[in-house]
Amino acid sequence: MVCAGKTPEIQNRALKMLTYLIKRLLEMIPTLFGITLLSFFIIHLAPGKPTDILTELNPKITPEARLKLEKYYGLDKPIIVQYGMWLKRIVKLDFGESFSGDRRPVMERIWDTKKPLLERRLFITFLINVLSMLIIFIIAVPVGIFSATHQYSLYDKITTTSVFIGFAIPSFWLALLLMMLFGVHLGWLPISGLKSMNYDSLTLMEKIWDRTLHLLLPVFVSSFGGLAGLSRYMRGSMLEVLRQDYVTTARAKGLSEKRVIYGHALRNALLPIITLLGLSVPGLIGGSVIFENIFGIPGMGQLFFMGVMTRDYPLIMGILTIGAILTLIGNLLADIGYMLADPRIRVK
Amino acid sequence: MIPLIFGITLITFTVIHLTHRDLVGRETEPKETATYGDAVIEGTIGEPSTLIPMLAGDSASHSVAGMIFNGIVKYHTDLSVIGDLAESWTISSDGMVIVFRLKKGVKWADGVEFTADDVMFGYKTIIDEKTPTPYKEDYMQVKKFEVLDRYTFRVTYKKPFAPALTSWGNLVVLPKHLLEGKDITKSDFGRNPIGTGPYKLKKWVSGQEVVLDSNRSYFDGRPYIDRYIYRVIPDPATLFLELQAGGIDMMGLTPIQYTKQTDTDFFRKNFQKFRYPAFSYTYMGFNLRHPWFKDKRVRQAIAHAIDKSEIIDVVLFGLGSPATGPYVPNTWPYNPDVKKYEFDPGKAKRLLKEAGWEDTDGDGIIEKDGKPFQFTILTNMGNRLRINTATIIQWRLAKVGIKVEIRLLEWSTLINEFIDKRRFEAVILGWSIGLDPDQYDIWHSGKTREKEFNFVSYSNPLVDTLLEKGRRTFDIEERKKAYYKIQEILADDLPYVFLYVPDAIPIVHSRVKGIKPSPIGISYNLPKWYVPEKLQRYRIEP
Repeated sequence: MVCAGKTPEIQNRALKMLTYLIKRLLEMIPTLFGITLLSFFIIHLAPGKPTDILTELNPKITPEARLKLEKYYGLDKPIIVQYGMWLKRIVKLDFGESFSGDRRPVMERIWDTKKPLLERRLFITFLINVLSMLIIFIIAVPVGIFSATHQYSLYDKITTTSVFIGFAIPSFWLALLLMMLFGVHLGWLPISGLKSMNYDSLTLMEKIWDRTLHLLLPVFVSSFGGLAGLSRYMRGSMLEVLRQDYVTTARAKGLSEKRVIYGHALRNALLPIITLLGLSVPGLIGGSVIFENIFGIPGMGQLFFMGVMTRDYPLIMGILTIGAILTLIGNLLADIGYMLADPRIRVK
Repeated sequence: MIPLIFGITLITFTVIHLTHRDLVGRETEPKETATYGDAVIEGTIGEPSTLIPMLAGDSASHSVAGMIFNGIVKYHTDLSVIGDLAESWTISSDGMVIVFRLKKGVKWADGVEFTADDVMFGYKTIIDEKTPTPYKEDYMQVKKFEVLDRYTFRVTYKKPFAPALTSWGNLVVLPKHLLEGKDITKSDFGRNPIGTGPYKLKKWVSGQEVVLDSNRSYFDGRPYIDRYIYRVIPDPATLFLELQAGGIDMMGLTPIQYTKQTDTDFFRKNFQKFRYPAFSYTYMGFNLRHPWFKDKRVRQAIAHAIDKSEIIDVVLFGLGSPATGPYVPNTWPYNPDVKKYEFDPGKAKRLLKEAGWEDTDGDGIIEKDGKPFQFTILTNMGNRLRINTATIIQWRLAKVGIKVEIRLLEWSTLINEFIDKRRFEAVILGWSIGLDPDQYDIWHSGKTREKEFNFVSYSNPLVDTLLEKGRRTFDIEERKKAYYKIQEILADDLPYVFLYVPDAIPIVHSRVKGIKPSPIGISYNLPKWYVPEKLQRYRIEP
């Protein structure tokens, strides 16, 4: 009896889960539509046009020539028509052509399939962010746990202070100091870029080493500031779990402190981290304008910044749309992860 | 030629850039020691957008394209016009017809010979409706373009047009055999250009570098430096650190870097610095429709209240010269004998009093008809030099009883919402000036519509006539007379307070020899630069 009853229950649950997923996916469509509509209008509200770089305060251009240029980029049409044209292309997954001088397709600027993987913008940003996220996790989770189990101890105070200092230091300033120390004074590390000038003449091992050296500072700087957030979350969540009855029960049962913390408490304390992981998915491709500019890294942050400065609408919209899709997917993944990990949510 | 304003990136970090101009020197004889080899790396904060000159609006694109393409003509170091791809030319006595004879045997980098048909093709492309180029205007003046033979072409103008000659720079030189029948905006020629110039594109890695290799069969002789690399580093502070670490060989400095940060033994030993007036000036422009600024005495009073040399000392660390008009000192159109406004607050106060402005209620601010003299100076955000200049002016004008507010605006907002709509009282901006003295668009009273460049609404019938005269004759003495007179009138009318001409201050690694600074900068003879063999740093495999 007991065994027979279980199968339909599992089937039932799987079905529920599936309907939930479909519902969530369908909900994403109007959300995405709303996001793109708002983004489109907001970027067009900003003063300036993509043609400004050619026409602005350039006495050689006549008003007629300016109108012609605007027409060429389709900027003479009402904004709602422009949005419609954009939307029509986007449903075919065509992000259009960038408005910059060479008029390359937006997708090619983000993910140039003609180039090696290591030189595509999206991959560069992705690589740096994954590396720094790994470092953040590897350091912040133990730091958070230890601070929680040793609450108000000297150790807790020291780590708390230091992660907050890390959080408060402006990353551009830290980056410049490190470049001066390691790049100029000691000469150990390269200052900017992703590879050396003589890269092509290096052997494979030397190439890998060269790239690693170039990544050290950017990855360090971008993870340093992120430590504070995650370690504090971890600490808070762990403290909360440690106050729960089942932890007291576990201790009362006579389990070793190690088993109590790592066997029982940690698993539950990690739950909120799933949400954080989901939320960080769009950040993986967004990149950072500040450190990519400082280190001269040709990633997504730099591209987006350039796009905004030149009012390159198709490029900005392309990056925003990809970002929006990833945010929505990240949220969904986080919810699914939660459902899988936490039975209390599954029941609902 | 083209007075483009230089926006957010004041004194851009590329060394020097002048549109339509090519970087090649003709006459510098290489010394005995000149050897081939090595690479030079220039650091720049901006990346080119396309290497087709007629489609590019940014200075980074023009400076790289200038290495790859030649013009028909170019400027000599003394600012006269000399042939580049042209062997010679003749101008008809009425100034309406120019016949160019091209050099024979010049080859595109792919081996095909360059001929007059290529110029015809370039001309047709630039005037084509479908080509999105901001440089059409000069070529729309052409009535007829005829290829007379393989090496000769003739252009006929509707009216004599003095700037016409120099418009035949590198904008209209395109390889017909590669581009005919193609849409240049869609082809990948902008990323893989083929030119006739001293260098050719080896590779372009977006966001990182543009690598150029020397053109060994360049018609003016193989350049000594084998490879020229533009490294794109968007952050100026990083750029300077890279210079110290050896990652780049040359860049443009800021005044503080020039005077203080490079004043060390390390820099003296390893680098050479250059200094020459940039082709630009910074000014404070008045909205002449504003009732207070309509009165010439008020404008002159403000000029007397400002100490230009103080601004140059403080803002530019002395690296600049006072501007007295819209031309750069020591160039042929520059008139040194115009009315100058010495710093004299007493005189300023007297002039203001004459105009009816006096402090009657003792609050330190002068009034007229009960209204205190208070106005706002607009300038663009992020330009430290202009902001500092505005601050000094604010302080100086307070001393004569004028209250000034400073408002910083993002570039596009400033231009679109305030300058174009004439919603300003005074602005501090700069013009980057071309080598041709024609400034019709900036001073002519007919150029005051929205988006046009006489945004201060200056109007003087005599100046209008002289501007017209200056652009309709090729006789340099006649032109000089017209522009001298214009400067005299402008100095008296003062639609702008001309503030300063900043110096361009590039730095280059000391192993690079053969650099000869000139009024048009240092890069013009780049193919003749060299690194002695024992000092060479990079080995270039062909």
